[in-house]
Amino acid sequence: MIKFILKRMLEAIPTLLVLITITFFMMRFAPGSPFSGERSLPPEVLANIEAKYGLDKPVLEQYFSYLGSLAQGDLGPSFKYKDYTVNELVAQALPVSAKIGSIAFIFTVLMGVSVGTLAALKQNTWMDFSIMSTAMAGVVMPSFVLAPTLVYIFAIKLQWLPAGGWNGGQLQYIILPMLGMSLLYVASFARIMRGSMIEVLSSNFIRTAKAKGLPYRHIILRHALRPALLPVVSYMGPAFVGIITGSVVIETIFGLPGFGKLFVNGALNRDYSLVLGLTILIGSFTIIFNAIVDILYAFIDPKIRY
Amino acid sequence: MKTAKTLAASLVSAAILSTFTTATFAADVPAGVKLAPVQELVRGNGTEPASLDPHKTEGVPESNVIRELLEGLVNQDGDGNLVPGVAESWETKDNKTFVFHLRKDAKWSNGDALTAHDFEYSFKRAVDPKTAAPYSWYLEMTTMVNAAEIIDGKKPASELAVTALDDYTLEIKLEQALPYFVAMTSHTTLKPVHRATVEKFGDKWTLPANFVGNGAYKVSEWVVNEKIVMARNDNYWDNDSTVINKVTYLPIENQVTDMNRFLAGEIDMTYEMANEHFKRMQKEQPDSLKVTPYLCSYYYGFNNKKAPFDDVRVRKALSYAIDRDAVAKFIVGKGELPAYNFAHQKVAGLQVDTPDYATWTQKERNAKAAALLAELGYGKDKPLEFTLLYNTSENHKKIAIAVASMWKKTLGVKVNLENQEWKTFLDNRRNGNYDVTRAGWCGDYNEASTFLSLMQSNNGNNDQFYNSPAYDGFMNGAMAAVDDAVRSDNYRQAEAQLAQDMPLAPIYHYVNARLVKPTVGGYPMNNAEDKIYTKDLYIIAK
Repeated sequence: MIKFILKRMLEAIPTLLVLITITFFMMRFAPGSPFSGERSLPPEVLANIEAKYGLDKPVLEQYFSYLGSLAQGDLGPSFKYKDYTVNELVAQALPVSAKIGSIAFIFTVLMGVSVGTLAALKQNTWMDFSIMSTAMAGVVMPSFVLAPTLVYIFAIKLQWLPAGGWNGGQLQYIILPMLGMSLLYVASFARIMRGSMIEVLSSNFIRTAKAKGLPYRHIILRHALRPALLPVVSYMGPAFVGIITGSVVIETIFGLPGFGKLFVNGALNRDYSLVLGLTILIGSFTIIFNAIVDILYAFIDPKIRY
Repeated sequence: MKTAKTLAASLVSAAILSTFTTATFAADVPAGVKLAPVQELVRGNGTEPASLDPHKTEGVPESNVIRELLEGLVNQDGDGNLVPGVAESWETKDNKTFVFHLRKDAKWSNGDALTAHDFEYSFKRAVDPKTAAPYSWYLEMTTMVNAAEIIDGKKPASELAVTALDDYTLEIKLEQALPYFVAMTSHTTLKPVHRATVEKFGDKWTLPANFVGNGAYKVSEWVVNEKIVMARNDNYWDNDSTVINKVTYLPIENQVTDMNRFLAGEIDMTYEMANEHFKRMQKEQPDSLKVTPYLCSYYYGFNNKKAPFDDVRVRKALSYAIDRDAVAKFIVGKGELPAYNFAHQKVAGLQVDTPDYATWTQKERNAKAAALLAELGYGKDKPLEFTLLYNTSENHKKIAIAVASMWKKTLGVKVNLENQEWKTFLDNRRNGNYDVTRAGWCGDYNEASTFLSLMQSNNGNNDQFYNSPAYDGFMNGAMAAVDDAVRSDNYRQAEAQLAQDMPLAPIYHYVNARLVKPTVGGYPMNNAEDKIYTKDLYIIAK
């Protein structure tokens, strides 16, 4: 098992390097510069600024010097947010995204699995139909429609919850963005879980268990849940990445100071170092999370391990 | 026009008067108004400031925050008139050498005395290539002696002709007579910074733990992409007149989010207003909606060096066929002013002749436009075809569709619409990779040259590549003029030249529309540069 985990971790390094290289050069070759604006700067002013950020050097030299600093954990100065380094910006945004992302993710999985199981157990009853039609609506509703709708109902009309802001991550500020991020995936998880559970419930070993007279709860929790979770676990990877990337929209709508907003602004402003720093970070998360999913999978299904 | 003239007169007189002192400023709470027990203000501010260092910024959101934190030589009142800031009075004999007398009670937020040496240090820092200030060119525009050479690395920053004659007297020498120079000093780039703090903390001097400023407020909390909180600066010289204790700026980019948070009662003042919600807000929030003139022009620029736009008849035809009234009224619809001149009509000191085409009916303009294109052989069999470039935004898209359909309907022109992401768009516009492009320009100070200098052949922002010796002549004449009437006449002729050459088609002059809670008192309704000082506002009890 440890060997398996180590192998997955080592594989991540070349992947990251490729990611850094592609992002670095794509940013450099994107039209416009970090310092272009409505008012063009006189050449001598631009030269002064470029010299300050080392952009006057050849691109290859910039690339290797970036890798050099990166090896020491330095993501460089932000080109747009001039009072901060990328490390400082990341340190501010990471806890926000981590908190909202993990809460949304846990909520998604728990809700999706339990609602899906419930629908499977009550197959073809009114409960199943209402859960599944709500899920269907959830799947087709994009977050940029869902989130403003939630704001309209709960913040403007009912005034129960704030329409935006973070305030150190107090509970009332988290609820709406969390729902905005997760409902879509709750729906997907529920559908996958329902299908898989129905399939497992009709398999031979469950019939045998029933024939042996085991209690129903025991059959579901001990025998059916684990195999039924397999497709759910394999969907956790893409869902996690989806929630992270979807946070861009949610963070903009709710004005949360997380990764998503930083990333979009970084790209629009051609803030080379900020975009690179965030790409590396999000890339690492994705790789790590996919590895965790593989490990989980291996844990649930021994066939993978051997 | 009357307002503009009054404004102009007051600005110019402020600048020229040999000595000028005092006016009303700071929160002016009318008798009988009951103040709310909690004096706190929350404002939407568009986007996250790039920096709080006045020498590293260029945008409006940055200026809004810095205006609270740092005070320059002069401020503006609610009508855009100059009022003393750190300078109590100033004098000039020739509009080239200016002497500012600073107030003796001005202090930094750490209690240090604020002196003329601070301004000398700050202005020199702004032009120093080592600072790499994006707005260093602004000092070049003031024509401060040696500014251009210093920026270009040909002279040391110490050579800038800004001298502290003593602790409270600052002398500034210009290359050219510039009567509106004093007005220019209210700009963000000319705010003072605290030398010891800057030298001690470098790029980090603006962080709440380190910040030292001289404005009515000081930074108390800063979470990037969430908020900047500012608390009253007890050491501010006019602190006794400040009413609001705490002001919070939120970087809300999405206009609908901005509006929603206002409607949910979380913010007191939005940054701006989405066009598509304006009519609804007019109905639902009439007491909160504030519309004020805003010194920006919206226009379509022609690529003057590219055929067929190098022919004035093509440019004129396309310009004439734009129904500005329809665009202003039905497409943007917040009270924008249809434009036939480039410089915003509310700009100080500008008296333009109404161009002929502005006096025609749209039907007459369309007929004239069709005739001009027919002269060149364009018609139904041989339609003029080109691309209209704009940066991605709903507003620009709607206008582009409307104008393209006007052109199609009246001239049979075939227009391909192309939208590009902002920086890509800027790159292409700057390099002349376009036929016709959307553009906008906002004034840096309230004087016509902030607009009109743009079209000079040597201006780095002349993306239309307009090159007219006559126009350059008028602008040079205006710059060299010692007499206001002569300068004003030069501007008038320059605008007339633009109407004649039509390097660009002016479409509308901006207004600023935002939601402001009725409990916010002292909101300036006539400051065309949208310079709002929280120290002048107050919260009224409900």
